[in-house]
This record gives sequence, C-alpha cells and structure tokens, in this order.
Amino acid sequence: MHIVDRRLNPSSKSLENRQRFLRRAKALVRRAVRDCTRGRDIPDILEGGEVSVPLDGVDEPRLHRGSGGIRDHVLPGNKEFVEGDILPRASGRKGKPRDAGEGDAEDAFRFVLTREEFLDVFLDDLELPDLAKRRLTATEHESVRRAGYAVSGSPANIAVNRTMRIAMARRIALRRPRPQAIEQLYAEFDECEDEERREALKVQIAALEAKARRIPYIDPIDIRYRRFESSPKTVAQAVMFCLMDVSGSMSEHMKDLAKRFYMLLYIFLTRRYRHVEIVFIRHTERAEEVDEETFFRSPATGGTLVSSALEAMRRIVAERYRPQDWNIYAAQASDGDNSYADGAVTGRLLKDAILPVTQFFAYLEVGEANEHRTGMPDSPLWSVYERLRVEGQQLSMRKVSNRGEIFPVFHELFQRRRGQERVAP
Amino acid sequence: MTDSSIGYLYQGPDWDFSVLQRVYEACEHIARSELGLELYPNQIEVITAEQMLDAYASIGMPLFYKHWSFGKHFTQHEALYRKGLRGLAYEIVINSSPCISYLMEENTATMQTLVIAHAAFGHNHFFKNNYLFKLWTDAEGILEYLNFAKGYITRCEEKHGPVAVERTLDAAHALMSHGVHRYPGKKKLDLREDERRERDRRAHEERIFNDLWRTVPTGRSKSASELSIGRRRALLGLPQENILYFLEKSAPRLESWQRELLRIVRHVAQYFYPQAQTKVMNEGTATYVHYRIMTRLHELGGISDGDFLEFLQSHTNVVFQPAFDDPRFSGFNPYALGFAMMQDIERIVTAPDEEDREWFPDIAGSGDAMMTLREIWSNYRDESFIGQYLSPRLMRQMRIFHLHDDPAETDGVRVAAIHNERGYRRIRRELAREYDVGWADPNIEVVDVDLAGDRRLILHHSVVNGSLLAETDAKRVLQHLADLWSYDVLLREVEGSGKVLKEHAASPRKPALAAA
Repeated sequence: MHIVDRRLNPSSKSLENRQRFLRRAKALVRRAVRDCTRGRDIPDILEGGEVSVPLDGVDEPRLHRGSGGIRDHVLPGNKEFVEGDILPRASGRKGKPRDAGEGDAEDAFRFVLTREEFLDVFLDDLELPDLAKRRLTATEHESVRRAGYAVSGSPANIAVNRTMRIAMARRIALRRPRPQAIEQLYAEFDECEDEERREALKVQIAALEAKARRIPYIDPIDIRYRRFESSPKTVAQAVMFCLMDVSGSMSEHMKDLAKRFYMLLYIFLTRRYRHVEIVFIRHTERAEEVDEETFFRSPATGGTLVSSALEAMRRIVAERYRPQDWNIYAAQASDGDNSYADGAVTGRLLKDAILPVTQFFAYLEVGEANEHRTGMPDSPLWSVYERLRVEGQQLSMRKVSNRGEIFPVFHELFQRRRGQERVAP
Repeated sequence: MTDSSIGYLYQGPDWDFSVLQRVYEACEHIARSELGLELYPNQIEVITAEQMLDAYASIGMPLFYKHWSFGKHFTQHEALYRKGLRGLAYEIVINSSPCISYLMEENTATMQTLVIAHAAFGHNHFFKNNYLFKLWTDAEGILEYLNFAKGYITRCEEKHGPVAVERTLDAAHALMSHGVHRYPGKKKLDLREDERRERDRRAHEERIFNDLWRTVPTGRSKSASELSIGRRRALLGLPQENILYFLEKSAPRLESWQRELLRIVRHVAQYFYPQAQTKVMNEGTATYVHYRIMTRLHELGGISDGDFLEFLQSHTNVVFQPAFDDPRFSGFNPYALGFAMMQDIERIVTAPDEEDREWFPDIAGSGDAMMTLREIWSNYRDESFIGQYLSPRLMRQMRIFHLHDDPAETDGVRVAAIHNERGYRRIRRELAREYDVGWADPNIEVVDVDLAGDRRLILHHSVVNGSLLAETDAKRVLQHLADLWSYDVLLREVEGSGKVLKEHAASPRKPALAAA
C-alpha cells in the first residue's frame, strides 16, 4: 500500500478545460457579462462575478427517451395504497415521481467568472487607439532564461545528461578500460593453465585496473551546470492624465460620471500596459496636480479657465513624461463652462502642445441627470473643441448625463476598428 | 489478535500519515482474515477540495484528455460547491491496478477510516472480482491507455487543429452511450495491446507511403446490384448497436486519426459501462464492507465510542432512503438499497425464517454469510442481483410498491402491486428491470446503409411501451452522427409490430468535416 500526498500537486488541472469551455461559450458569456454589468457599479465590475448563459451551443445531447408512453415506477415508502388504487395525475406533471432526468435540457447554466476572466470578456472587443509607441524602457521586470551550460553552479542545477555525455566522451577518448573487458580477462585468467600466460594476464589486469582507477568514471571536470541568465524585459508604459473642472458649477453627479469614466479608462489601460501612472489635475481658474482623494472629494470654488489645466499638463509632460518613452492618454471632464476669453488660448494649447504628444485625448462633457441637451446651444468649450475636430485634429468628444451611458460611450470610443480609421464622434 | 483488544488507532479528529498507515493495516487485517476479501494493491492519495473538484470534472480519472465539456462540468460543480449547495464526495475510487482512492484532507480521522474501509477494501474487492469488471475493463492498462489517449489527442490538435478535434470529440461524446458492446466478443479488451497497435499502424503507413500509388488507375468496383442486401449487411456486420464502433469501421470519409478518436471515446465508454450496471451492488458492497470493518474495529477497541458515534452518524446519512412523497426523494438510494440487501442476505444465511427458506432455498441457513456474499458480488449485476435476492421481508420493510402509468388510462396512475403476497414477485421483477441498462437506454441499431448508392445511413429505435426519444436531443445527436458519417442519416422509431412511429433525418452540416 502506498500513501501519496497529492495536496502539493498543482491543483487547477481543470483550468485548461475551463478556458476551453469559456472560449466555446464566448459569445454567450459576452452577452451575459454585458447584461450583468449594466446594473453594477464600477468597483464591482472589478470583482468578477456570476453570470448565467443559456445552454445552446454548450449542450451535450444524448439519445434518451422523452416523456410519454407507458411507464412503470417502483417506489419505496408506501403508506396507504393497496393494489388497484387509482391515483389522479397531478396537473402539469408536478409531483409526479421520478421526473428527474426527463425533459430535454436545462434552461440556463450559472457559474462564477474570476476577475481576470470577467475583465477579459468585458474589455474583449475594445482596443486602445494608436498603440504604435511601444518602444519603451522601464526595466522593472527581470525574467530568467536558460543560457546554455556552465562549469560551476549550484548542485541543484546539475545537468545530468550533459554531464554523463561529457564523461562518456572523456572515457572513450582516454580509453578507459570497460569493466567487461577486465572481467573477461579475469575469466580467462581463471581458466588459463599456462603459467606464463597467467603471469602476462595478471600484469595486464593490473595495468587495466590501475588505468581504470586513474581515469574515473565521472571526473569533476565533466560536471556541467545549467546556466540561467536574467534578462531585463522592457515594459511598455503609459500615463493617464485626468483633467477635471472642479469649479462650483460641477455638481456631485457630474463628478461621479467623470469618475466612472476615469475608472473604466484606468482598468482598461492596466490591462494593456503593465505599468500605468495616473496624474490628476483639477482646475478652477488655476490648475493643480492633486492626489486621487482630493481630486474627487474636496470641493473647490472659483472661476473656470480650462487653459490652466492644459498648461499644467503640458508642464508635467515636459518635466516627467518624455513623449518618446510614454504612451500618453488624457481624458478631460467638464460641464463645458469656460470663460470666452480663454477659448482661443485653450484651442491653441491643445492643438500645439497637447494633441501632438498624446495617443488619445477624450473630452467628456457631463451634464445633470435626465438633462436633454439637444436643442440647447453647445457649451463654450464644446464649440472650441468641435472647431478643432473639424479642422482634422485627433480628438474624441462625447456628452454624457446619465450613469447608464458611461459604459456605452466608453465602449464606443474604444471599439476595435479596422485600419487607420480613427476614433472620432 | 482476533479477540484481544488493540489500542486506539487514533485519538481525536486529527490524523497524519502514520495514523493512516495504522488504520489501513488494521482494516486490511479484518478485510483479509475475517471478510476474506481479495484485493488489488492499494494506493491512497490525499488531496484537497479543489483537487477533488478537478477529479469530478474528469470523471474521477487522474488523467484525461482535454475537452471543453469537462470544463463545463467543473464550472458547474464549482458553482454549486462555492454556494454551499452541494458538498463534495468523501472519496473517489478508481478501478485500476493499483486501485487508487482519493481521500480529502478535510476529513476527520474517523472519516478517513471509513473512507479507507469503504473504498480501498469494499470497492476494491468489487472491482477485482465482479464478472462485469473482469470482462469489460482492463484495470492494469487503463491509466496507461488514458495517458496514451491524452497524448494522442494533444498531438492531433497540433496536427489537425483544435477545432477539428473538438468537433469530432463533440460528436463522439454525443454517441458515447451508444458506443459500448453489450455482449462479450471473442477476446478480452487489452488496452495496452490497443495502444501498441495504433503506434504500429502509424509506423507502417509511414513506411509504405508511396505517392505513386495514387496515380495508379483502379479497376471498376462492383456495382450495387452485384451485392444482395443480405450480403451487404453481413459484410458491414449489421445490425450493429455499437454506433461508434460502426462509424469507426465503416464511415466512408473519416480520417484515420478521427477513427482513432472514436475508438478512444468508445474504450472510455466501455470502461465505465460496468459501473452503470452495478451501482447498487457496488455501493452496497462497499457500504457493507465499511460497516463490518468499522464495527469490528470498534469491538476490538481500535475506535473510541465517541468516534464510533461519528461514524454511525455519517453512515446513517449515507444509507438514508427518503419515501417517495418526501421532498428529498430522488429515486432509490443505491447505498441504502444495496446495504439493506447485503444485510438481509447475511440474515437469510445465518438466521432464516420460514419465508426465507421458501424463497431462497439455496442460501437460507447455509451458515457462511461472507462466502455467500462474495459469491454474489462476483457473479451478479444490479438487475440479476435484485431479481434474485430482493426478499419479501425487505420489500415490506421499505414498503415498496409499483405504479403503472398508462396514458390510455385517463383516471390516473394505477397502483399495480404492493408489498403483499400477490405483489412480491411483480415488484421484484419491475425493480430489477429498472436497473437493466439494456432496458433503460433506448435500443438503437444501425440497420442499413447503401455504400454504393446514396450512402444514407439508416438506424432503428425499437420503441418499447410507446416511449419515443426526446426530440430536441435526438435531433442534435443525429446531427453529430450525420457530421461523422458525412452523408444523410435517418432514424426511424419502430414499434414491435414493425410500424414506424416517427422519423428523424439529418444531413451533414459541412460535407467536408472529414477533410477539415
């Protein structure tokens, strides 16, 4: 009898089968994920979760009898029946014994996706625009790879095959006598009658044995170790600028919309780049770089000068994020207010300083819930940006006023497109 | 050490490997000397809950080829388990030599003892001695064969693409329940031999491959009329109820690797075929054996009273049989029925009453319960076992009755027999028939195909009691069958009188599945 402890074996043996299953059910799972994210908050989306998919396409049909026909049932637990009793059939087949296994197939199939699987599906058909700039260098990641053999190393890394091969080559080259040869001579020696011949054999055996001793079976110089080298891996990195107007005209609702958009963008970027930094810039008539908490929570009052934020961003890019090394993404959220005098400055800054260095610039105009902006004149900022866009600048703009619109808008902005067609409204 | 007391084998719920060893030895002593069991060598593997889930998904086998459906089952089990809707089995045991039993690490020492007695001795003995397992499974070769199958399928995926392999396996799985030989053939299944043969075939083909042969014109083949229908059917071995076997041998457009895949699926189905036929006996045997061993261990002082109560508690849970009107009822519990019958037989052998002598003259009062039981374990399957040994007393005890549901009878369902003098034999016959897989599975046979004509494959389902196939599933399976066959397929549901009740037809989705 053997007792084997398998607990330390890799578990998740079914992982591959599970992935095959998800691949197979991909379209269904994707639809299910979309449905179930509709009602969720963004932090929850990160958690993964349960989805249910219809069984079409992942069913495993078998030939079996359906309902109908004459049936016999043998059951335990009789209490009051005697032979010949007629029991009325329950309507709708309910309560009829031994129903299990009948019927054609189950209707739906519920299961839990892990966070990774969920996000994979969730962001599956989205793509970052302009991923060209991937040259990048932050060497935060080192990986180990095989690099041939070495004559020194730790005993754990002995390359047995290689060692034995070299030992064998050396033994052959130095003509180490084979044990069989010596044995053979011994046998001959035992059988031999002739005294002289015996002497000769004795000498020969002694010589061979001495040689075998001199030339060891494995010599320390034969030993080889597997060599490993660590090689730095370059990792493409990205920085994401979040620009937001925090002047008095921005309500909590608008900030919430903006926050949702930023979070989606962040999740999305972290899946494409190993290294993502975020810079929060808030502005009233002055812009400042703040931490996340301040960005979303602490109120500020003042007028509105959008150009100040763009100026701050330009400065930070120049100081810290060389456009050659970083993929720069920016998302700006605002209610659209800007002082008229600032319009021209903003436009010029954006066109000359910001757009040339960013991969992607999105402007999100947030509004109050249930506000219908159709028919209203465009906001000052919107008209400035619209003009730039018409000029052919790469700039994405959307208006959002309800929570539910965030994901569709996001999805639209990053939809996978063919060829060179750019993201534009 | 039969009567002298042995010390406690363990104390408290904790266990370690030396405890397992001690427990195993104590169990083995009882199993061999008192129960006279004959065993494959045992291998006991300790695993985690997650590994248990993995094992579930691959039908308990330690290694298996990859297919999405196993992932689906895994996902299903996992969801149920995580929600707490379903616990995990305490053990899984594999019919192989050595016989592998999985123990969960969460079990207490008592549970481990129970599981060792149940799986490593009860099931083990049954696997080794029951005639069905002897006939149909190759315990020595199965793991090696599965290893070969896994490797072969992986290589196929590399060579022919995962999609083509998946499609073939899907189709084969759909027909799996009709991929077994129900009657023994000439030779015993030898999986090792099979694996070697496939390798040789490959090598031979590669060796004799010569492209020139393709260009040599062949003579005109015999026309259809030259072969009479009878001759044609004889040549193809029709009628054939093993559909997978038929496809493997005769499907015109399958590649050789696809035939090999069908063969693998067929072998796996065949390997599990005896298990489906011996659920009640297998579990009954194992439960009876663990009950005997545990009781004996307790008598010998190896298990403390408290731990024995823990055992009794889980034992009674296992052999609980809810009545038909209980919300928990889902058919007969094979553990309950099997265990009750084994105990009943023990009673008949050792302390029979008048009724038993009348019903079971050959075993009543013969005295040696273990010998009788071992004999039964070797030579019966569920159907014959119940048909022979379900006693009137047990029917009364379990209050078994028989309902006859005829749609023609509009008033309702008739109680055809109850546990009384008039009903015993009928109940027993009906229950035995429920356990007959030949009866429970629809009987479908390949009856004809015109290989020289339109190559349409014709199958018949012999309808019993007017019960037709479930339509949606039948259509899907037929679609798979048509894909493998590459030509039209027709399934007729035929009554005993020869009247055709229903026809299903399917055409291959893509004529070039074989060439995919």
